[in-house]
Amino acid sequence: MESNQLTDTDRWVEEYGDYLYRFALQRVRDPEQAEELVQETFLAALKGRDSFAGQSSMKTWLVGILKHKIIDHYRKRGQGRSPHDLEPRADYLDDLYDEKGHWKSEQGPADWVGDPAAILERSEFWDVLRQCLDGLPARQADVFTLREVEQLGSEETCKVLNITPTNLWVMLHRARMGLRRCLELSWMGKSDRKRS
Amino acid sequence: MLSCKEVSRLVSDSMERELPLRKRISLRVHLMMCKLCKGYKRQILFLRDAMRHYTASLDSDTPQPKEALSPEARKRIQNALKEK
Repeated sequence: MESNQLTDTDRWVEEYGDYLYRFALQRVRDPEQAEELVQETFLAALKGRDSFAGQSSMKTWLVGILKHKIIDHYRKRGQGRSPHDLEPRADYLDDLYDEKGHWKSEQGPADWVGDPAAILERSEFWDVLRQCLDGLPARQADVFTLREVEQLGSEETCKVLNITPTNLWVMLHRARMGLRRCLELSWMGKSDRKRS
Repeated sequence: MLSCKEVSRLVSDSMERELPLRKRISLRVHLMMCKLCKGYKRQILFLRDAMRHYTASLDSDTPQPKEALSPEARKRIQNALKEK
């Protein structure tokens, strides 16, 4: 059984292709990239199939390979960029504060968190969050995804993306500001505002 | 006295590294007095919490049938594997 499963590559793709594709797509959020990652994963699996001892399920083994491929994908993108290069600041960042650095009253954070557990249970919230993530500038999205979705440590994230710690802090800060604002604008419109 | 602008940056930084003691104290003092920054911090922590849930939901096996390999991609991958 097992050996049959390991040689029939058509069946691999039939059985695990969609699962791996979804796994990759939700993380890199780009269909073409996700397809490529699935292909790379199967190719690596084929090459290394002797090392698959069957202690884990085939699916777990493949997902393990895919996770490495996903980090590699971010690493390759990081190599093409200068470690000191930042994206231009978004204009809205300057518009949030007055000249003394205090929140402008109309730009300050509104109270929309309410009951966090209740928000997390609403599927519209996740649609909004996904849209907001897609709206981040590319490098901020990479930094934020590695740190908060893949949950790499700060140091590891710097290494993978070839950036300095200061750069990491700046980009994470901007990503958080951007997401916070996007959630506030899109979510407040959809939810029943502040229930007090 | 820290400005709100500085505080928003420090709130994010404090999730990445340990801030120097003086900074930590000024941050705490500001947050005690400033309602907007307190709200800001709450939202940023909520965001991290939400991302934890998001990751957990990605790892769970919930099927999302809309997203699947296209027949072309499937064929292409199967062919690539045969060439090896």
